Amino acid sequence: MSRAVGRNVVRKDGAAKASGRARYVDDLTRPGLLYARTIRSSIPCGEITRLRLAFDASGFTVVDARDIPGRNVVSLITDDQPCLADRQIRHMAEPILLLAHEDRERLLGAAVEVDYLPATPVLDAERSDRVFKHVAITKGDVDEGFRRADRVIEGEYRTGHQEHLYIEPNGMLAVPENGGVTVWGSLQCPYYVHRALAVLLGLPDDKVRVVQAETGGGFGGKEEYPSMIAGHACLLALKSGRPVKLVYDRVEDMLATTKRHPAIVRHRTGVARDGRLTAMDIDVLMDGGAYCTLSPVVLSRGCLHATGPYRCDHVRVGGRVVMTNTPPNGAFRGFGAPQTLFAIDVHMDRIAEALGMDPARLRELNALRPGDTTATGQVLGRDAAALDVLRAAVARGDYRRKRRAYRGTNRGIGLSLFFHGAGFTGSGEVKLQSKASLELTATGVRVLVASTEIGQGQRTAHAQIVADALGLPYDAVEVAVADTSQVPDSGPTVASRTTMVVGGLLKQGAAEMRTMLGHLTPAAYLRAHGPLVVTKQYEPPPGLVWDDETYRGSAYGSYGWACDVIEVERDPVTEEIRPIRVTTAQEIGKAIFPLGARGQIEGGTAQGLGYALTEEVVMRGGAMANAQLTNYIVPTTLDTPPMDVVLVEKPYAHGPYGAKGVGEMPFDGVAPAVVNAIRSLGIDLRQIPATPERVMAAPRIRDSRLRQAADRPASARQAGFGIRKR
Amino acid sequence: MKRAQRPIAFTLNGKRVSLRVHPMTRLLDVLREECGLTGTKEGCGEGECGACTVLVDGQAVNSCLVPVAQVAGAKVVTIEGLKGRHPLQRAFAEHGGAQCGICTPGMIMAAAALGPRPTLGQVRTGLAGNICRCTGYEGIYRAIKKAESRSKKPEARRQETAPTIAPSKARTPNPESRIPKAGTQRAR
Ligand code: FES
Ligand code: FES
Repeated sequence: MSRAVGRNVVRKDGAAKASGRARYVDDLTRPGLLYARTIRSSIPCGEITRLRLAFDASGFTVVDARDIPGRNVVSLITDDQPCLADRQIRHMAEPILLLAHEDRERLLGAAVEVDYLPATPVLDAERSDRVFKHVAITKGDVDEGFRRADRVIEGEYRTGHQEHLYIEPNGMLAVPENGGVTVWGSLQCPYYVHRALAVLLGLPDDKVRVVQAETGGGFGGKEEYPSMIAGHACLLALKSGRPVKLVYDRVEDMLATTKRHPAIVRHRTGVARDGRLTAMDIDVLMDGGAYCTLSPVVLSRGCLHATGPYRCDHVRVGGRVVMTNTPPNGAFRGFGAPQTLFAIDVHMDRIAEALGMDPARLRELNALRPGDTTATGQVLGRDAAALDVLRAAVARGDYRRKRRAYRGTNRGIGLSLFFHGAGFTGSGEVKLQSKASLELTATGVRVLVASTEIGQGQRTAHAQIVADALGLPYDAVEVAVADTSQVPDSGPTVASRTTMVVGGLLKQGAAEMRTMLGHLTPAAYLRAHGPLVVTKQYEPPPGLVWDDETYRGSAYGSYGWACDVIEVERDPVTEEIRPIRVTTAQEIGKAIFPLGARGQIEGGTAQGLGYALTEEVVMRGGAMANAQLTNYIVPTTLDTPPMDVVLVEKPYAHGPYGAKGVGEMPFDGVAPAVVNAIRSLGIDLRQIPATPERVMAAPRIRDSRLRQAADRPASARQAGFGIRKR
Repeated sequence: MKRAQRPIAFTLNGKRVSLRVHPMTRLLDVLREECGLTGTKEGCGEGECGACTVLVDGQAVNSCLVPVAQVAGAKVVTIEGLKGRHPLQRAFAEHGGAQCGICTPGMIMAAAALGPRPTLGQVRTGLAGNICRCTGYEGIYRAIKKAESRSKKPEARRQETAPTIAPSKARTPNPESRIPKAGTQRAR
């Protein structure tokens, strides 16, 4: 009897986006508007000794740290990051001074001279002694596990920075209003911005209003950094008393805003002769950049996914995230998990190779099953679907046959098995105390949540859930703009939590509202009883217990499970690796909006292909040297292969209609599957992106070892055929 | 110090416009700021992303690279010119062609320039200069395919008001600005 859930309804935001009517921040303007610009540091570490405005300052508004009415911080976890550098410089492109003017040409022409006393920067995470956070996870006795091992396999795996490259650069419009300030912006988390502004500006909560403009992609890149930009725009707006628009161009966005944390992950694994894992000893190092931002939580998620979806009784994971003098790294789709999942799944192929085993068989043997416990002691429920997705992808992708058939050719095929915990880590959801409201309207209902539509389909999925739970048509459900003066704090739009957690609150609220309505239509109810708003607040599902101190318990309410089979082709001359085909099976509980879920999987996979192959952030002297689309290479239509997506649904008991999260997981498994495909070509690569230079430099694997790994050698004649054209 | 302005006239979405602007102003800025048509987006400002794609005399160009002087006398069509009624627009909205939507106007204009019933190969080549970070392009291909089948239906054919979008004998404003929308795959 479900009418909207599980159906491909028309996206709420589809028509506005396809017609060009949707308003993004740079499309907004106001009478008397000033344009703004940020003056940034040009050294990675040191002190400002002198600052001089080398231009005619008439008509300019100029703001420095002394103009900040509240606290000079971008309030987040530790409040260590200044909104404007006062004296100390800790990274390249750190904001120092703000300018605004109504004439953009004069604004861009304004020269500011800054003298520095430079200090020696720390640019190498392995040399940094400033630790933002340590994580330690222990299960069983890892020494005992190694005693039981027949073989011990070790390896070190490295991943680089990655730029989000949402196609809409960051931006904010700030307007002084009602003795306070209102900002419209490109953002994921209105209440993060709201809190940061209240602290920075020293304003009471009700004098700060944050409204999401249509947002042209986020991927985590608009989780925390928008608080900084909003702060800058507001400081200028309050000082000038005029509306101020601060929109970054692409170069500034790439130079100054957050990236994915680079990581070095070391594995030492004990295995029995039959392939069972007896001990996993894992060391994770992440580069946090100059300020803490979200690094502790990124590390935490990385460590919680470090074992991959594999069972092992004796585990030790030790992680640390350290400070370097580079722009702070931050949230990015997957949030630490892609780095560690890359390491474990390339390591698994190396284990298979060492044992002469089929990589799919090795995973089958070790995959977590219902009733198994994770490294933190969480007992998995019936929806643990690692084996299901593995079998689905291996069969559908014809992994075993192609692996044999491709031997000796320039085609390779690789596999990855992965999982992703949905929602905030550990006790995070309890601390957030998210709320979601529903307001009855004459024609139906309005969803009031602070969740943001960033392309993932939030408005649509929320409306579908509410429509069915309330027994109303999908079209009778409106979704309000995420405006802090109108909507409650539903927590941030991150961590694959929007459908599962906030959608879950909406479903409860809708069920309650349905009971209150009884047989009345919304209009009849309003006439008889007056306005009706139902609000629900998050309560953890029973049995979900987590200890932040010991890292024991249920790290996540639910996990999604997925398996990628990726085929690549190597250019024998240039060593360029091109993806040829992707087969992926993803278990997400329930696809509320199947088209949206598929879109997340395809898009996340394409972004993962970039991470795996081409997206190299070249850091030179602490700054991104290729901060331009011309030489930071993201996948185009010609670089993105056909994708065969299999959706698997094993309902999560506490998700709305069984839904888990889907936003991040599709990204996680791409890089290891690509590198394993490269490995099947006899190339021992342990670092991404797999640029031609790296592929060329990588050691070659002795042929006999690879031959062992394939069940039987195949003739070259078979190679290259059996590839279906899309 | 204001830059010297010159009069310029061209046809925008079927209507004649005359403006006074500096001849080197980017067409993108003229459209967004002078003409108030904000459907055309800026993703990079360096000719790499295609978010700013518009049609100039039927040909898809990156408006961030075109000085306005070069469209003098030309026919410019932006996403607004399709009036929300082009089969591609409905198909993108309904079949997963748009997620965050910031690439969508440019993507639709580039797709419109491909003419009727392009093959998948033509679509992939023709859209190679338009980056989408959300969809992995699969949803875009599906939408373009749907639009074809829809445009064959008589009801959708009655589009007298929608401007012609078939590539005409291209009059190119400037060889440099005629971004090869096809085959813009970058060297690496
Ligand atoms: S804005 Fe990116 S190509 Fe014009
Ligand atoms: S839909 Fe977001 S960039 Fe294409």
